[in-house]
Amino acid sequence: MSKQFKFEIISPEKIIYSSEPNEVVIPSYEGYMTILYDHSALITFLRPGVIEVKGSETKKYFIEEGTVEFSNNKMLILTNTAINIKELNKGKIDKMIELNEKMLKEEDINDKKKFILSHKVEVLRMINQ
Amino acid sequence: MPSLDDLKKRIKSVKSTQKITKAMKMVAAAKLKKAQESAENGRPYSERMQNIILNLTKSINDKSNAPKLLFGNGKDKVYLGVVMTADRGLCGGFNSNICKLAKKKFKEYLSNGKTLKIITVGSKGYDQLKRDFKKNIIEKKSFKDRKRISFFEAEEIGKLILNLFNNEQFDKCFLFFNNFKNVITQIPQEKQIIPANSQNEEEQPNNLSSYEFEPEEDEILEDLLPKNISTQIYTAFLENSASEQGSRMTAMDNATRNAGDLVDKLTINYNRSRQAAITKELIEIISGAESL
Repeated sequence: MSKQFKFEIISPEKIIYSSEPNEVVIPSYEGYMTILYDHSALITFLRPGVIEVKGSETKKYFIEEGTVEFSNNKMLILTNTAINIKELNKGKIDKMIELNEKMLKEEDINDKKKFILSHKVEVLRMINQ
Repeated sequence: MPSLDDLKKRIKSVKSTQKITKAMKMVAAAKLKKAQESAENGRPYSERMQNIILNLTKSINDKSNAPKLLFGNGKDKVYLGVVMTADRGLCGGFNSNICKLAKKKFKEYLSNGKTLKIITVGSKGYDQLKRDFKKNIIEKKSFKDRKRISFFEAEEIGKLILNLFNNEQFDKCFLFFNNFKNVITQIPQEKQIIPANSQNEEEQPNNLSSYEFEPEEDEILEDLLPKNISTQIYTAFLENSASEQGSRMTAMDNATRNAGDLVDKLTINYNRSRQAAITKELIEIISGAESL
């Protein structure tokens, strides 16, 4: 088993989760990415998706956006929204999908936003199954 | 000399004032605990965010092409002051301390020949600043009707500021708020938020571990810097609300104690005059009886 490193999810309100996992999978800007011990220093964005933290316990968080920093075997995720997947039920997800689809239909959004929104809907659908 | 009735009324009124201040103190104490917690919980986020930005800044070599939010737009003429105060009074020197600092700084800018623009957040700040700087105030915001200040409100102000910046309405932006140190001490502070990179340029030449960036540095900065503005404002909000409650608690505690002292003094006064009246009556009766 690989070594453990420090990991934290922080929102403006509080530290949402912190632990020492062996492996973290993040939905980074250009696709899913697995971070292991001794990964090179990295700063990247997240797109909507699921963070999977694998250590003594496995946890999954749904996030909409965020910034990741990894250096010296410390990993940091700054995000406004991180929801433990266990707390999401079908009703909640349906509501979120509906909300996002409504936003998609508005005309004054740019392509980048559109891309992110449609991606979000996709991810939510996937969780829902 | 006030009559006995007057004294009685006075004592009663001071006592009811004391009750009010005591209640306010307790409410403030309860709110303080919450506010303090969220202020402390909010600190890591903004600290780490600053750290990331600092690291990013270091890796940028071509400063002329860098985002304007970071190094400024090269001009140094128009200053924007964002003064954050409470919406309610009765909290000691809380509001006046911020305004005092803000006024001092504003006068400095003006005497240096800068153009000054002001945004006030919280109605008390507007009330205090409008006398001297009415024509400088371009916007006043108040979240009186919101129960809790969340990140959403901070973003609203952040967007307002960013819009102004993008339209080249100002060159530098300063935030005025109270930093919560502990219940008794709150330090009014001025913090430059645009351009972001000013003070700690020289600091900590630490592990310049070369980061991998995904996407490119400037793209990350482009996204991160506006977010950082909102974060800074949010932190200021949190610090401010903790300071407000702390300040109110101390002020109300003092007021309660003062009211208590006043009641004691008045009671002694009341008893003395009562005794004096009785003695006077007795003297009258006795001297009346003697003359018979």
